[in-house]
Amino acid sequence: MAPTHVWVKRNLFPSLSSGLLTLLLAGVIIVLVKAIFNWAVTDATISGTTRAACDAGGACWTFIKVRFDLFFYGRYPSPERWRVDLALALVVGTTAATLIAPPRWQGWLALILLGFVPAAAGILLVGGLFGLPYIATNLWGGLMLNVLLTAVAGGGGFILGVFLALGRRSKYPVIRLFSMLFIELWRGVPLLTVLFMAMLLVPLFMPNGATIDNLLRAMLALTLFTAAYMAEIVRGGLQAIPRGQAEAATALGLRPWAIQSFIVMPQALRLVIPGLVNTVIDLFKDTTLVSIVGLFDLLAVITQAQKDQAWLGMAREGYAFAVVVFFLCCFGMSLFSRRLEHRLNRHLRY
Amino acid sequence: MALADTAVLIARQPAPRQQRRGSFRAFAWQGLFLCALALFAWFIIANASDNLAARNMNFGFAFLSQRTGFDIPFHVVPWSTADSYGRALWVCLLNTLLAAAIGIVLGSLLGFLLGVMRLSANWLARSLSLAIIEIVRNTPQLLQIIFWYVVMIQALPPPRNGLALPGGMILSVRGLNMPSIEMGTAGLWPVLLLVAALCLVPVFRGLRRRHRAFGWAAPLLPAIALVVVLLSVDHLDYPTLRGFNYVGGVVVPPELIALVAGLSLYMSAFVAEIVRASLQGIAKGQREAASSLGLSGAQALFLVILPQALRVMIPQLTNQYLNLTKSTSLGAAIAYPELVQIYAGTVLNQTGRALETMFLVMIIFLGINLAISGFMAWYNAHVAIVER
Repeated sequence: MAPTHVWVKRNLFPSLSSGLLTLLLAGVIIVLVKAIFNWAVTDATISGTTRAACDAGGACWTFIKVRFDLFFYGRYPSPERWRVDLALALVVGTTAATLIAPPRWQGWLALILLGFVPAAAGILLVGGLFGLPYIATNLWGGLMLNVLLTAVAGGGGFILGVFLALGRRSKYPVIRLFSMLFIELWRGVPLLTVLFMAMLLVPLFMPNGATIDNLLRAMLALTLFTAAYMAEIVRGGLQAIPRGQAEAATALGLRPWAIQSFIVMPQALRLVIPGLVNTVIDLFKDTTLVSIVGLFDLLAVITQAQKDQAWLGMAREGYAFAVVVFFLCCFGMSLFSRRLEHRLNRHLRY
Repeated sequence: MALADTAVLIARQPAPRQQRRGSFRAFAWQGLFLCALALFAWFIIANASDNLAARNMNFGFAFLSQRTGFDIPFHVVPWSTADSYGRALWVCLLNTLLAAAIGIVLGSLLGFLLGVMRLSANWLARSLSLAIIEIVRNTPQLLQIIFWYVVMIQALPPPRNGLALPGGMILSVRGLNMPSIEMGTAGLWPVLLLVAALCLVPVFRGLRRRHRAFGWAAPLLPAIALVVVLLSVDHLDYPTLRGFNYVGGVVVPPELIALVAGLSLYMSAFVAEIVRASLQGIAKGQREAASSLGLSGAQALFLVILPQALRVMIPQLTNQYLNLTKSTSLGAAIAYPELVQIYAGTVLNQTGRALETMFLVMIIFLGINLAISGFMAWYNAHVAIVER
């Protein structure tokens, strides 16, 4: 490591123009950071429980403090919120375990993740069984909804995406064409129109009188949309597996379904795990779109909370909070994805 | 000869039983799949027609010629409440395309800048670029758009003390008021002439390269057209404050500014990574060779590195442009009158024609996507040929 003054010379003032750029950028950064710091820390208020406590001129974090539970759980009844926490821990824990476990455990963990965990989390959240009180979905909201939608659409989209990827490589032209059209249709339209479609057209397609829960419709839309993107990623992984693998398996007398599920797919999926995690990050960010079609995710709850007469003019605090929450979640996931990629590459380097 | 004979022999042999059974099975599976699909389609169509009949409606696009009666607050082409739904489709399609076009141009420029900054020798520039990219990439685009909108609405002054910008532009909470160019009696013809001249430039450049006649016209043609345009400008119409708002000039509404800011900033973070990766992908020897030939850093970048990096970038940039175009639909959240806001919102609510409006919106987005990927494929081929 070079001495400090050498480092400064080399990295901040290598030439006259670069030195001027350093000074200019430093000036801008100092002014901006100082303004933000003053607003968010120096002049900010966090004490008290009413708007009147905020008179320092800076950010009013009291608003966030008072509404904190609302932002995370929506109107989910307070005594039952442990169920949300438990379901979240179950989903996140199993997902992380599946991704980082040694290869021979990954298959079983994936089965648990896609089979047992959704059922358990579903029972926990909805209730009505095993003495848990039933909680209607219109009470669900806040960040919990973003996480839930991501988990459902990520899991469902993954399963559907694997089948679509296989379908797109199928030797049957009808199935190939169908998979291709299905994938390209969802990839060609904005997610918002897919959500609008789920909200407005699905009731039209149901037999008379039948209705589907709003949340379920949003889940359906997000799942189909995500499946198309995941299918393309899985297809990339399938293409990377040499044909010799499948041929060798055929020579050993394995059936086609066994070749796919024990030889080709495990290798292909392990290759595309980082891509799948990136899709999930995008999905998590995109779940905010459900606020436009009338579900109360974190963004919608924050927008709604500002309309409270007692807390008018809290837009900056609310959105700043949302930015921080989403940034922490997404940045955490992308760091995780990068480490995962590194590990996988190390494994492939023999 | 011998090979062909063998092939004929093989072809004449009856197909093995295994294969025939396989082909029958393939046929059966696909038939079954088609039947299931048809059944599902029939289920949906039957239900939809039942539901429509219950509401005394039928599927059709006759409503497109009906009068709308609503106002579209921002429009590029003339619009009045007496116009039809079909015209409304055209008006909001243009709004969508306008936001997408500005967003793509600004986002590409900003992304290029951020990408080059990421590779800068200057540590501060490098780190600042990385910080911006990470923050932008890891927060939802919708949140960013709403954030810009709210911040702008809160920070900008009311019209009566709007900020005067250079060139007679005024920025206020009503948006950016700009002077408009009044073309006088000649109308839009000189502008069309200029566009035509610009379109013809590649043709004439080709002629010049092959030393054919009229090759000299390549640089001259647009220059002449530009002079004609400048001469035919009658006057500039400056915005002036009258009452509570401005009259004259053109106004860019705050919704469009916030939408474009959100779209282009979000895309620029992804473009920056693409630019960085593809610039890094160019062999170091290229840059060294350029500098040994006496080219400056900027010359090496624009004449040697970039033309090669562009080839790698284009397919990935296409994806980003498509994403941005689709994301213009997020304008619905801040009431920018684009396709989804007007068609899946106002028009659908007014007419109740959910099927038709959603069909139109989706078809149009698919069409735009196809057009952009087609154009980028053409451009990709163009760049690939130049590379040789």
